[in-house]
Amino acid sequence: MTTKYRKQFSNALAQHEVRNNTENVINKLRKHRLAAFPDQAEWVNLRRHSTAIRVNAISKLPQLLEQLEINLQRNGIQVHWADTTEQANQTVLNIMRFHDARFVIKGKSMVSEEMGLNDFLNTHGIECLESDLGELIIQLAAEKPSHMIVPALHKNRKQIARLFHRQFPSIPYTEDISALAQAARRFLRHHFATAPVGLTGVNFMIAETGTLCLVENEGNGRMCSTAPPVHIAVSGIEKVVECLDDVPPLLGILTRSATGQPITTYVNMISSPRKPNEKDGPTAVHLILLDNGRSRIYSDPELRDTLNCIRCGACMNHCPIYKHIGGHAYQTVIPGPIGTILEPQKNGLDSYGELTQASTLCGACQEVCPVSIPIPKIINRLRWEHIRKNSYSTSGAGSGRRKTEAIIWKIWVWNCIHPGAYNRITSVATSMRRLTDRILAKISPWTTARAVPRLPDTTLHERLKALEIDNE
Amino acid sequence: MNDTRNTILNRLKAASSDQTMPSARDISNSVNWSSNYTVQLFRTQLQSAHAEIYDATDHSWLMTLQHICRVKHLKNVLLSPATPWGKAIIENSANLPSLKYYDNPVENWKQSLFDGIEAAFTSTYGGIANTGTLILWPDSQEPRLMSLVPPVHIAVIEKTKIYNSFAEAIKAQHWSETELPANMLLISGPSKSADIEQTLTYGVHGPKELVVIMV
Repeated sequence: MTTKYRKQFSNALAQHEVRNNTENVINKLRKHRLAAFPDQAEWVNLRRHSTAIRVNAISKLPQLLEQLEINLQRNGIQVHWADTTEQANQTVLNIMRFHDARFVIKGKSMVSEEMGLNDFLNTHGIECLESDLGELIIQLAAEKPSHMIVPALHKNRKQIARLFHRQFPSIPYTEDISALAQAARRFLRHHFATAPVGLTGVNFMIAETGTLCLVENEGNGRMCSTAPPVHIAVSGIEKVVECLDDVPPLLGILTRSATGQPITTYVNMISSPRKPNEKDGPTAVHLILLDNGRSRIYSDPELRDTLNCIRCGACMNHCPIYKHIGGHAYQTVIPGPIGTILEPQKNGLDSYGELTQASTLCGACQEVCPVSIPIPKIINRLRWEHIRKNSYSTSGAGSGRRKTEAIIWKIWVWNCIHPGAYNRITSVATSMRRLTDRILAKISPWTTARAVPRLPDTTLHERLKALEIDNE
Repeated sequence: MNDTRNTILNRLKAASSDQTMPSARDISNSVNWSSNYTVQLFRTQLQSAHAEIYDATDHSWLMTLQHICRVKHLKNVLLSPATPWGKAIIENSANLPSLKYYDNPVENWKQSLFDGIEAAFTSTYGGIANTGTLILWPDSQEPRLMSLVPPVHIAVIEKTKIYNSFAEAIKAQHWSETELPANMLLISGPSKSADIEQTLTYGVHGPKELVVIMV
């Protein structure tokens, strides 16, 4: 238990309350998803359709982004490009300063989490307020989201009740979920009415029409994109789809995969700022397109599938690792299986490479993925890159290579292709099995908590010989 | 800024391949339901999302609206005086609560909109059966915040404008060839959240109640 992640994971495993809360919620999410796809044939068909839409959009990504930009600008939406999160943050700050705004109300956005926007704006004297209920809870607790869709799923109602009571002493203590939600409603309503700028994420960007789609249940996304005079949307460059007809299948599979809903309460399709004679809506709408490593991921045909993701969270809900360690243990913006492949590619295998070990390769993530991302295959690829430098483009490739490990494997490979040596080594290991038992018990954390597998007293070859089987 | 744009696009273009993708849009999922079934499905889906549904006719919908206002003890209703529905309501306002009009840019009365309006009445552009969804096409007559800020949203929908699916609505109403509104909306129930313990609670930031009159 020495490395960063090993320590972090064993800490996470010791947090029984968080583990209970996480398991309770993801069990519900799994049940809801299962109920939403009662017809296997329909699931297969819809999934094939949705995968084709994403693969098509990603294959034409640069052309679609250009088309999107032209159509958004024609509609009056200002488009900004950011290669790095620093550039994206700076663009938000410039827009805030242009409008002389010192406060921004935010809808749920994972890209703004990726940017570390709140901390950045705070250091420049601008206050940010999260308005999604889950995100507000996280902000009040000064934590990070532990799930893409349900950011506060690691907290139960009692913890949230204590948090609200501490933050809003004037509100009577309650563990009633409706009462807690109503408290948030009262607190935020005033801010929706007065905020000079609203900021949201984006679910899909439609190139054909120049439209930003935003799906949500609470109405906070609509509030942030409608009530303040300025709306800033932030999105990764990969969120583009070719045309309007691509939206219904993706939308249907997104909401059903995420929470089992046939559709979210609100689907917001924003195509322009307030038009002449209209009485509400922001007069300025900005879209910030963030690259932050995405175009590098794009350059590799195998890794490119990572960009198909529509951020439904189904992979984490079905991951045996996520279920036990929760989202925070990943120490990434996006946790779970998709985070396991996305974050090392974005941030480098040198700091995040070990994360690729956080998988049993059981394949549940790929099985539930609405756009068929081959997550286990990409995990394997990144594990390989982590220990081989070669010509791979992912930064930090080769950083996980350890000399002793490499030598042991080299010996093992030599051993396997030399039958004489193989037979001698296995029979020595067998005859000294009391010693090997003791070594095995010490070399891996796995065996400190589980029965150590014992070597049998004869090798397989010896047994087969005794049975007079010789199929070599 | 332009440099950044070109850098990103050039990186993407350098990696782009010329492979032709199978057209996603060749896969069709159209269904053939009777109009009765479509309307019934719309109703069931919307009800299961916690909306209240009232059946009415071209002649009775005003009485239904009066009934809704009475049972909900509404003191006022925000509506558009310019739509045919709004005009009819204004002509028959005797048994209705105080009528408010969204006739000013929101800047001039934002605080009273947020604090003083109890309900809003809007028309709809259509409906979607398999998800139980209202399509709203906000414009200068029926602005965006009407269906969001007041605690009660009353919407009227014509049964003939209910489509089987979202895809069908886009096709039948020719969205691709139309100039889309600033903010096209799909609404499928009152505002809700399950962010605490995946337990549903209604009326988080948007309307606490969604009432649909079907004519």
